[in-house]
Amino acid sequence: MNKLIGAAQGLGAFGLDPLWLVALKAVGIFVILVLVTLITIIMERKVVSWMQMRVGPNRVGPGGSLQSLMDGVKLALKEEIIPRTADRAVYWLAPVIACVPAFMTFAVIPFGPEVSIFGTATPLQLTDFPVSVLYILAISSIGIYGIVLAGWSSGSTYALLGGLRSSAQMISYEIPMGLSFVAVFLYAGSISTSEIVAAQAGTWFIVLLLPSFIIYVMAMVGETNRAPFDLPEAEGELVGGFHTEYSSLKFALFFLAEYINMVTVSALATTLFLGGWRAPWPISLWESANTGWFPMIWFFGKISVFIFVFIWLRGTLPRLRYDQFMKFGWKVLLPVSIGWILIVATARASRNIAGFDTATTARWLLIPLTILLFISWIFEEVKNRRSKRDVELVEDEIAEFDPFAGVHPVPPLPGQVTKSEKSALQVEES
Amino acid sequence: MNNVAIPILALGLIAGAFAVFSVAIASITGPKRYNRARVDAYECGIEPTPQPMGGGRIPVKYYLTAMLFIVFDIEIVFLYPWAVSFDSLGIFGLFEMFLFSASVLVVYAYVWRRGGLEWD
Repeated sequence: MNKLIGAAQGLGAFGLDPLWLVALKAVGIFVILVLVTLITIIMERKVVSWMQMRVGPNRVGPGGSLQSLMDGVKLALKEEIIPRTADRAVYWLAPVIACVPAFMTFAVIPFGPEVSIFGTATPLQLTDFPVSVLYILAISSIGIYGIVLAGWSSGSTYALLGGLRSSAQMISYEIPMGLSFVAVFLYAGSISTSEIVAAQAGTWFIVLLLPSFIIYVMAMVGETNRAPFDLPEAEGELVGGFHTEYSSLKFALFFLAEYINMVTVSALATTLFLGGWRAPWPISLWESANTGWFPMIWFFGKISVFIFVFIWLRGTLPRLRYDQFMKFGWKVLLPVSIGWILIVATARASRNIAGFDTATTARWLLIPLTILLFISWIFEEVKNRRSKRDVELVEDEIAEFDPFAGVHPVPPLPGQVTKSEKSALQVEES
Repeated sequence: MNNVAIPILALGLIAGAFAVFSVAIASITGPKRYNRARVDAYECGIEPTPQPMGGGRIPVKYYLTAMLFIVFDIEIVFLYPWAVSFDSLGIFGLFEMFLFSASVLVVYAYVWRRGGLEWD
């Protein structure tokens, strides 16, 4: 292990902190995450209400800024109700399992470069090792156990369905998420977060690998169960989803875990694609922008942009249907990300081996790709026309719609005519 | 000595202590008013559906999704080290990964054709 760390350049700076500094950093990250959660919740409520022409919370604290803190206190003073049908041990354990990994993933996120804390030089990151992004993926997957166990142990139908949906959704979107990282590792030549940030000293990976970034952003919204992919919490279908039967602080823990996960995926996107703690372009001209404690400003600035996008999506888009959602993940995101990895690998290899510059590579890749896309577009168009013609042929004879054909009565859709309506039409005609 | 695991354990301990404390404190701080209807499952506010004995059945779709997840997760596990050492593998690495992806895509095409990706 030690040999590995020694071999990897730049990683030797980690794991040298004295114990008091480790404790200080760990407590610091914990406090930051709780604070960021409180701020995110109030920000979400305020921004959504502005988008909907409301004022939002404005009673507690200046401008309603202490609302989420008071909500937490209120939840702590609420009665704890455990359903009779619940599996008690698992019911207790589930919020802990959901919450702890959410905190632990932040251990390897770099906040900034080396700084001096009470005279000890240390990187502004709790720890790092050669496979830290893999560690983030592994630990955040454990959080899924918390959700599925919460749904299972509640002894309630809706909670069980919500938990199952949630786990199916999270594992489905973990694949495009994991695949979108591959191109980054290819260019950075490392799976360690601090080295990936170091590799982006020149150009951010969002410029080089824009499709990877787009795939990641879509996957991260699905992964955090946020709108428009918030199917596990679809109120119209599942009441509250996996946390329907939870009350008091146990419910608050699930909420906390969800918001920390939002912050974590945003931080990961920042680290892998947006240059981590590095200052954005016009500010980076200022020499000391990337030194000392300043990078924390850029880092949290980038995260808050992502959080705003999350809220914006929630305020704008309606929820998807579950089958559409699964179809999108498995039939669109997955093949696209595998194809993109192969394209990136080919481009990289052609540069390494044949010595092609970027323009030549782009030309050789883009021309066949455009032709391929064009052919597939024509193919789809022909197929669509054919199926449209088939539909028109069917529609010529007005099919009678029987609302009671299935188990449940179904109202007719536009274009469908029920028996009574048809006879009424015929009477009118005669 | 470089010990990179201790900071993770420290953060895990703090988070774990906080989570266990929150779960435990909730039963002390809140009021306790017992009645029969209260301890029924809430579901959607009406009389709860009777739960099947032994957990009941779960649609096979979920197991299928889990199996597919494992197939592609294994692919990802192979892709990561390949990506990191791509530059030193040269043209061999590129062709190997094309072959490997092709073999996984055969499975993918099969599952797609057999309706394993349909969700209704």
